[in-house]
Amino acid sequence: MRFVVDRPMLWLVEGVVAGLIAASLVGFVLAQRAKSEAAQATVQNLNARIRAWWIMIGIFSIAMLIGPVGSLALFGFISFLALREYVSLIPTVPADHRTLFWSFFVFTPLQYWILAKQWYGVASIMIPVYAFLFVPIRLVLSGDTRGFLDRAARIHWGLMVCVYCISYAPALLILDIPGYRQQSAKLLLFLVMVVQLSDVFQYIWGKLLGKRKIAPLISPNKTWEGFVGGVLSASLLGMGLWWMTPFSPIEALGMSLVITLLGFFGGLIMSAIKRDRGVKDFGSIIEGHGGILDRVDSICFSAPVFFHLTRFFFLTHGKTP
Amino acid sequence: MNGWHGWLANVVAAGARGLAGATIRWLDCSPEPRQRVYFANHTSHLDFVVLWSALPHALRMQTRPVAAKDYWQSGLRRRLAVNVFRAILVERSAPADREEQLQSARRSLDRLLEALEHKESLIIFPEGTRGRGDEVGPFKSGLYYLWLKRPDVQFVPVYLANLNRVLPKGEVLPVPFISRVAFGPPLTPAENQSKELFLREARAALCALQQA
Repeated sequence: MRFVVDRPMLWLVEGVVAGLIAASLVGFVLAQRAKSEAAQATVQNLNARIRAWWIMIGIFSIAMLIGPVGSLALFGFISFLALREYVSLIPTVPADHRTLFWSFFVFTPLQYWILAKQWYGVASIMIPVYAFLFVPIRLVLSGDTRGFLDRAARIHWGLMVCVYCISYAPALLILDIPGYRQQSAKLLLFLVMVVQLSDVFQYIWGKLLGKRKIAPLISPNKTWEGFVGGVLSASLLGMGLWWMTPFSPIEALGMSLVITLLGFFGGLIMSAIKRDRGVKDFGSIIEGHGGILDRVDSICFSAPVFFHLTRFFFLTHGKTP
Repeated sequence: MNGWHGWLANVVAAGARGLAGATIRWLDCSPEPRQRVYFANHTSHLDFVVLWSALPHALRMQTRPVAAKDYWQSGLRRRLAVNVFRAILVERSAPADREEQLQSARRSLDRLLEALEHKESLIIFPEGTRGRGDEVGPFKSGLYYLWLKRPDVQFVPVYLANLNRVLPKGEVLPVPFISRVAFGPPLTPAENQSKELFLREARAALCALQQA
């Protein structure tokens, strides 16, 4: 597993930096203009988000430059932090302690280590099969039967979403697509860009035009206008990025639609969990954004499907694998 | 505290704080360089290390944890507690003889007062033992006698949340839950306050931070 930093990738990085500079300028101008207290609060939050974007994109770029190992280490660490935010929020009992220890310090690193070894067959079943069976076995050994199924299900869900699903993003690096050798880093960039731009555009369209609430009981800030505007703008932008992928423009549009729609549901589902637990954010690690899980919830749901669609349709020239 | 023990204390503290992902909040209280007794709820062996690490560097150097002799006395634990964190070890076992019990309590109090004489701040767990984390237990009276002798020192409540999940009673390996350290406003006891009232208000001040 190796990838080359080629021309298109550099253009893309330049494009992202240009976009960020533009966003920072807009944020600066808005900060000068905001008069009312509510407007100032909104602009402050916007500028905090933009500052956080600089840092996040900086870290992501460094990881990409280091190579596949850097990307795997970064996503492994993201999984670890996401799982930590998740288990801190859900109720656990002392009898879960050892099982949780295994989840953090064995299954999470193991999943990424297997990916580094490019053992696709093992990586795709390690958590759904082995961790799935291990969790209830370790729990039953603890001897505490109260709420047994609930406890096992909560840990299963955390491992699936925070570790297994997120690991599909850097797993794109091990896809060896004919005619696209050593270029799969651009697929990872494509996924991350489309998913994050969709979040950004949903936020912008929502702030500009948002009126009709799309899920008032779950996430009162999400509107139909933001959803449609965000999904369409990010998907069109994704189509415009077809040249960096193995897809044709239409295929890139289709993939982007899948990514953005699943990303939207990822965010909505995480909101439902937060609402159920009575909190607004999973954490406070990223200024203006909340926790890691608040930022990557859309990747959790889009990465596995994007990976498998790409693998199914592009790895084998359309033949069923 | 200087030399490599000070350095080691900071490394251990940074590790514990990173592991326990502690978010630190100062509520109506600020990290001032004045003499204080920080009193906290006790649910985990990590408690004093994380509380100590939550203080700014300058304050750490003048703050000593108070720990139970029976647990922290042996070998490596003792080296860590006494040499690295300069913990004051006190007896908490209750001898059958009432006279002996009083003697032991007096000795412990004297050791704490001696540290206060040296301008040091203290970290103290007035429940006397680790609870399960859901409820703050009743306070032992040592806190009151400390205040009686030294009313000039500030008594600051500190609530430690989730550390019992990081390292519960009876576990050796930690799980990195996100924990919380909340410093509350210093107590303002009236003069000649009775022991019962002082302890009740101190405990209430700590419990008030639970939801903060």
